[in-house]
Amino acid sequence: MANLTTNFIGIKSPNPFWLASAPPTDKEYNVVRAFKAGWGGVVWKTLGAEGPPVVNVNGPRYGAVWGADRRLLGLNNIELITDRPLEVNLREIKQVKRDWPDRALVVSLMVPCDEESWKAILRHVEDTEADGVELNFGCPHGMSERGMGSAVGQVPEYIEMVTRWVKSHSRMPCIVKLTPNIADIRKPAEAAKRGGADAVSLINTINSITSVNLDTFSPEPMIDGKGAHGGYCGPAVKPIALNMVAEIARSPETHGLPISGIGGVTTWRDAVEFMTLGAGTVQVCTAAMTYGFGIIKELTAGLSQYMDEKGFTSVDQLVGRAVPNITDWQYLNLNYVAKAKINQDLCISCGRCYAACEDTSHQAISMSPDRKFEVMDDECVACNLCVNVCPVADCITMEPMAKGSVDPRTGETVGDYANWTTHPNNPMAKAAE
Amino acid sequence: MSNSPTTPGIAASRLHAEDYARHFDDLYPAYDPHEAMVAADRCYFCHDAPCITACPTEIDIPLFIRQIQAGQPEAAGKTIFSQNILGGMCARVCPTETLCEGACVREAAEGKPVEIGRLQRYATDRLIARNAHPFTRAAASGKRVAVVGAGPAGLACAHRLALHGHDVTVFEAREKPGGLNEYGIAAYKAAHDFARAEVDWLMQIGGITLRQGWKLGTDGTLADLQAEYDAVFLGIGLAGVNALGLEREDAPGARDAVDFIAELRQTTDLSTLPIGRHVVVIGGGMTAVDAAVQSRLLGAEHVTMVYRRGREEMGASDYELSHAANEGVKIITNAMPVAIHANGALREVEFAYTRQGPTGLEPSGETFRVKADHLFKAIGQKLEGVPEGLALDGRKLSVGADGRTTLAGVWAGGDCTGGGEDLTVTAVAQGRDAAESIHAALTGAGA
Repeated sequence: MANLTTNFIGIKSPNPFWLASAPPTDKEYNVVRAFKAGWGGVVWKTLGAEGPPVVNVNGPRYGAVWGADRRLLGLNNIELITDRPLEVNLREIKQVKRDWPDRALVVSLMVPCDEESWKAILRHVEDTEADGVELNFGCPHGMSERGMGSAVGQVPEYIEMVTRWVKSHSRMPCIVKLTPNIADIRKPAEAAKRGGADAVSLINTINSITSVNLDTFSPEPMIDGKGAHGGYCGPAVKPIALNMVAEIARSPETHGLPISGIGGVTTWRDAVEFMTLGAGTVQVCTAAMTYGFGIIKELTAGLSQYMDEKGFTSVDQLVGRAVPNITDWQYLNLNYVAKAKINQDLCISCGRCYAACEDTSHQAISMSPDRKFEVMDDECVACNLCVNVCPVADCITMEPMAKGSVDPRTGETVGDYANWTTHPNNPMAKAAE
Repeated sequence: MSNSPTTPGIAASRLHAEDYARHFDDLYPAYDPHEAMVAADRCYFCHDAPCITACPTEIDIPLFIRQIQAGQPEAAGKTIFSQNILGGMCARVCPTETLCEGACVREAAEGKPVEIGRLQRYATDRLIARNAHPFTRAAASGKRVAVVGAGPAGLACAHRLALHGHDVTVFEAREKPGGLNEYGIAAYKAAHDFARAEVDWLMQIGGITLRQGWKLGTDGTLADLQAEYDAVFLGIGLAGVNALGLEREDAPGARDAVDFIAELRQTTDLSTLPIGRHVVVIGGGMTAVDAAVQSRLLGAEHVTMVYRRGREEMGASDYELSHAANEGVKIITNAMPVAIHANGALREVEFAYTRQGPTGLEPSGETFRVKADHLFKAIGQKLEGVPEGLALDGRKLSVGADGRTTLAGVWAGGDCTGGGEDLTVTAVAQGRDAAESIHAALTGAGA
């Protein structure tokens, strides 16, 4: 069994799976249950400043999007930071860290945007002997309207300023959690780095309305006939999160900045994908909220088996492994030619590939009277839509054509690597060197 | 429960009252909304879906399942009824394993098709429960059509004609409309008096007059109808039954399976319906299975179903045969009846094993006897009372693709015509298509 121990900016955990700052990490009871189940660490649900705690709505906090068989694909929430007294949280954090010294315990923080507030809360957190802090610059609802959360995260200068305060008033490792509700994720990441952050974590939730109640004409989750946007998470946001993680990992300005990946991690495979794009740990919430803490057994066993199969002996060997292969469109090889291929033994003749190709793509699949579906190589542009709509995994595959063979669609010979920057149709093309 | 399954001879009340209720309730209970959503989610919405092609009425199955998925089972019901106005009964009685579900790509993929029949029942039940007929009649055409027979073909024809604005009179010899839905199928396939409820709902279209107790040839002739109506549709089914051709086949206790099933269907308190301790059913079709299974469900101790050919040639589907076996029916194949032994009442039926001889099936010489208090004959029904002037095609009425008979102005469909497999759904398709042909003829819209 592979060694899953992780050292992320000096914070050690027995595996790279942390629970994200969210309801599952709101109190000692849940966190202890998570640690007993085997979770490597937690980011304790966001603490606010001293004083009367925030209050939550007393109606639905969550909205959802479902797939077939009502499988939860996306979840949104309008819950705020912890609504429990600060001293209770601090006392429990201290106790849990004492009882579970081998697990990562990071404390999420969100206080008003002034240095004194941050200085005060940091003193309290240091006293708990927690492993680090995560600055919640991401929460998109409720707190942002009070000048906190994503209101800070959307202004790189504020991120830099607050991060600098935190680093100057605390010895603890500092993770800056980024909001995706911004045009270019690299800017806040660069700001965090300039401010001295040890790492960034992303993504926080995405501004969203999951549905509209068609009887009351109000957004869901609906509170007394009204609804407000909430933060979207779960499997549906994973592609957005992966891209943002990748953007930071490959940007020259932030390359090498440690990343804790968040966004729709549901199985070990999702986690490994985040790691290969540069995440040193992953944080999970929706999957645990959907299925309970027991999924950690699949996550750790899955990661372990994958590492064994691939010959990786430590988690570090995975981190960032896919980053060199992320490029810009203009550098993609335009001389790479593939064709869809339908495995007739696996085909169940549903015809979805045909409908998709015939109605919406390139009319490259034929259908016989006895429902045999075949790809016409002279029409196929290898768009992959048939693969994606086919209900049977691996029934349709994309087969690359060998160099030197002739593409029956274009009549051209499959040649060496060449991209758009030198393509004759590109008005900006530079002469080949 | 004054008797038990082992009470000798023919006796009523072999079971507890609650057993009758349980035995003759829905074979498959209706889906609740959760079950329907889970089942609907399995549909792939295939292109040019094989299930549609496999349905004699060509219901747009992927569309109606998608409508269930999208939270509108009533709209799904309307999609079904627009092709098959008896979609509720077909959902219950269709041999889906050989039709839509047999063609489902998930049958090919996993050996487990989308449960189309049960989803169809869910959708049609939901729409019928609204008790607001989903279709509106066209403006009155002034044309009058006579439909003979209120079975599936006649009802489907009448509804479609009424929809187009024609005035329809349905003539039915029996006391109740519904044909085999009311009289001819196992009670557990149409529980809770569904056949009657479905007809009442269908009639809400308006423009249909039902004349019960009117028998063609007795109460009027085809010529009478032709004289009085602009067109005539015959959905007269198969009124006759085939006989074994053996001595004593009318001995007390020996009867036609269709009569037994009809009596059972019309018996309100099934504990009053006598059944033999030993029951023998001869035949290999759906009627034989329905008679055999229901005999067991009435408390018969031993029920034996005997068919003269092999299992693969039986008219009943594998599913029906498994159901019969599961209910405790013993199935013997490749044996034909050669003698009926009675001593006043029926005692035994003697069978000979069969083999393929030079001139067809012949007894092998080896015989055996099966005890029988009741003998139900289910070796096929036949056309009877064919009005003069109609040509036959084999033993059925000769009709064209649109249901036209050889007599001008007379159409026919259902079991009395050839071409189908004597299924409810086939009869509905034929009645519907004949109605379209009649409509076209009456309005000059077609040939």
